[in-house]
Amino acid sequence: MNVAMKPGDLLLYDGADWDFDTLMRVHDACEELAGAELGLDWYPNRIEVISAEQMLDAYASTGLPLFYRHWSFGKHFAQQEALYRKGYRGLAYEIVINSDPCVSYVMEENTATMQALVIAHAAFGHNHFFKNNRLFREWTDAKGILDYLEFAKGYVQSCEEQHGELAVERVLDSAHALMNYGVHRHRRRAPDLQSEQKRERERREHDERMFNVLWSTLPEKTSQAATRTEEERRRALLQLPQENILYFLEKSAPRLAPWQREILRIVRNVAQYFYPQRQTKMMNEGCATYVHHRILNRLHQQGRISDGAMLEVLHSHSSVVMQPDFDDQRYSGMNPYALGFAMMEDIERICRTPTEEDRQWFPDFAGCGDPMPVLRHGWAEFRDESFILQFLSPTLMRKLRLFHLVDDSGQPVLRVDAMHDERGYRRLRRALARQYDPAWQDPDIQVVDVDLGGDRKLVLEHRVASGRLLEEQEARQVLRHLASLWSYDVLLREVDPASGASLREHAVSPPR
Amino acid sequence: MQILDRRLNPSGKSLPNRQRFLRRAKSLVQEAVRDASAKRDIRSADEGGEVSIPLHGIREPSFHLGSGGIRDHVLPGNKEYREGDEIPRPPGGGGGGGSEGAPDGGGEDAFRFVLSREEFLSLFLDDLELPDMAKRRLVDGADPAWHRAGYSVSGSPANLSLPRTMRNSLSRRIALKRPKPEEVEALEAEIAALEGKPEHAERVLALRAELERQLLRTRRIPYIDPIDVRYRRFEPVPKPVAQAVMFCLMDVSGSMTEDMKDLAKRFYTLLYIFLQRRYKHVEIVFIRHTHEASEVDEETFFHSRETGGTLVSTALEEMRKVVADRYPPNEWNIYAAQASDGDNAAGDSQKTARLLVDTILPACQYYAYIEVGREGEHGIPGFPRGPTDLWRTYEALVNAGAPLAMKKVRHRREIFPVFRELFAKRGVTEGASA
Repeated sequence: MNVAMKPGDLLLYDGADWDFDTLMRVHDACEELAGAELGLDWYPNRIEVISAEQMLDAYASTGLPLFYRHWSFGKHFAQQEALYRKGYRGLAYEIVINSDPCVSYVMEENTATMQALVIAHAAFGHNHFFKNNRLFREWTDAKGILDYLEFAKGYVQSCEEQHGELAVERVLDSAHALMNYGVHRHRRRAPDLQSEQKRERERREHDERMFNVLWSTLPEKTSQAATRTEEERRRALLQLPQENILYFLEKSAPRLAPWQREILRIVRNVAQYFYPQRQTKMMNEGCATYVHHRILNRLHQQGRISDGAMLEVLHSHSSVVMQPDFDDQRYSGMNPYALGFAMMEDIERICRTPTEEDRQWFPDFAGCGDPMPVLRHGWAEFRDESFILQFLSPTLMRKLRLFHLVDDSGQPVLRVDAMHDERGYRRLRRALARQYDPAWQDPDIQVVDVDLGGDRKLVLEHRVASGRLLEEQEARQVLRHLASLWSYDVLLREVDPASGASLREHAVSPPR
Repeated sequence: MQILDRRLNPSGKSLPNRQRFLRRAKSLVQEAVRDASAKRDIRSADEGGEVSIPLHGIREPSFHLGSGGIRDHVLPGNKEYREGDEIPRPPGGGGGGGSEGAPDGGGEDAFRFVLSREEFLSLFLDDLELPDMAKRRLVDGADPAWHRAGYSVSGSPANLSLPRTMRNSLSRRIALKRPKPEEVEALEAEIAALEGKPEHAERVLALRAELERQLLRTRRIPYIDPIDVRYRRFEPVPKPVAQAVMFCLMDVSGSMTEDMKDLAKRFYTLLYIFLQRRYKHVEIVFIRHTHEASEVDEETFFHSRETGGTLVSTALEEMRKVVADRYPPNEWNIYAAQASDGDNAAGDSQKTARLLVDTILPACQYYAYIEVGREGEHGIPGFPRGPTDLWRTYEALVNAGAPLAMKKVRHRREIFPVFRELFAKRGVTEGASA
């Protein structure tokens, strides 16, 4: 690059217009800062420019660039489109995919400044998080996901051709209803999506090889020969209790065809792929927002983006991290961008200019000077729940003026249980952390028993926490889906974990 | 690092999903489409547009926690609360002090989205077709269109089909072993090479004889023979008349209430949409009548009031005039729908019947008579209302075999079923359209 130019020549771009060279220059400038100043580590980037309609497309299929076909995506598309057309809702500026290379979609109508913001946010912030966070490393296979989605799409399509759209739709409907219960919450082995396609083929080939028409001529076993295994043995064989309901159905549902099992598996794998995103939403956005904030401020300092552009950045940044108060009309829960960004900035403050209180609460890094190693460690090793438990400081709780409200339907009034004071900090923090823990937020439902020798009734148990029962009508609908996959009666028992008493039961028979 | 431009990728990636969604929600959407169409005026009834369907029909269920039990909320923006404060529960059972958003926006109970014109119409007219009678008339058009119809051995030079001719020529030449120019050239070259060398004299002689034979064969078997020649053939196909006119006849005398007119309007709307699906160009003629008839515009037709007696024949006479003036039956498909409460002056029945049978029906593709009545009129037990004058007149015609469709409508919810019955596929049309 030439030296000794006019200061204006440092600018990466001028005005709102951009072209592919602009994007390239912006990316290179961000890359330089992300590497040298922030010490980030990212997958190679791929930036794709898309139109508004394509963005809606991506919305509809849960942000994935290609996906199997299902009516519910059409529904979401129609819904989003109607909102967008009427101007009720704008579109996201970007979507980023946890893949290797990491794909970021940017909208064509963004201004040059927005593109810079989006590149710093998604292509470096999110990208670093995807590559380094433990949950993503252990639970997702960034290299294989795009190929797997391609396989899933093709497989579902071939099933539709073979078995009819309606039959496939029925399985997908049922599987989607149970999608939240299609994840392993505890580590088994690293996922390897590339071998999935091979495995499916091998399973079929094996079946074909082993098929011998002679076997069907054998006389059936007499009933005496069927030894009745005792309950314990049976449960162990079926790996019960099992919290991954889709996994259980895929392996043990007696009357599913192989292709139906494969579809359950596809839905389950996709659910598993998204599971870390749910658990790290706040941190992920916090990380990306912090990164774009640092990078763009630095670019401005270096004179590489103009003052006008910086104002646009600040405007957009501050509307993203806006947190309305609880009594504000706009309030709709904690804004993950706001809390995430505030926590990252707070950690930076603790590292640089700690107070006495910070030194007591965070003795291991308060005043260490450089926030980046602390942040990188946090981003790599924690999820929302544990991150809050570890890093939420009293200063920030006071700043956000957090308080903990208990709503007991047995009491006539709501009670303020803790607030931002000496007595409340730890309780407040624990309560907030729980809000970010899917294990606390989702009903705890597991398959506990099935009598394969008898009437094959499937028994599930909802371990009721805090006296909160399931919403009855919708639960019955889900159970109907479950029964149609299981093909026999299904019973869901809601039990009180302390006493073991059954609070409510839902019994559903499969549709005939 | 790569930058890709995806904007040029084919759009409409979500079309299959949309089709699946529409199929899934078909009955709901159909209902919504019919509701929506009832609110529009005739000419804009077939534009696509926003419809709203109830959400519960297309919900994707999942396990959720219901209300009740103990809930914890951590909220930002505390102003005056202290630990241990008790706050009265906000009305409506909302969770915290603020507006606790329902999980995944489940608060909406209707789902709104936009249908394209095509989607709107195909849902609206799902399984209807024009009566057989109309199809026969369709091919009766005046000037034929020419369509390609294979090849023939005779024709004008302008229609010569070179590819086909050359193909025949080539296969004939191969079959008859006409020597190729290369083979002749090769022979000549060999002769030229060997000539003048005495040791090859014999060979040259043989070659010359062979060359002679080949040349002779070439002359005998022509390159293109008259039997190879093919011409493109065209056949005249009657061009369907692609325009239609729809006559709306209505009794506007004092006995027709606004409700009745509304019923009639709905029927006309349906017919108009239906015709528009089938014809490129559809015109509407509104004729209203009391004891005299006149052609008017839509606004006047539906909304202005007239007083006077009722003479149906005047409307038919007016229609006959308009047809004779502007819509010759060989150029136009003529559809007529008449709406009336069934009153007619006593002496007019004969004249009406004669006009209808002699002039109107022969010119029309389809003539429908809708008798509108007040809601509840047929519901009085013990007082069954006898058939009206006009109904009796027309019934006699139908029994005599006239191609006339007639129906009674009392309530707007009956309009669509009646319309469907008239145009249902496979001639389920009761007795009327013979």
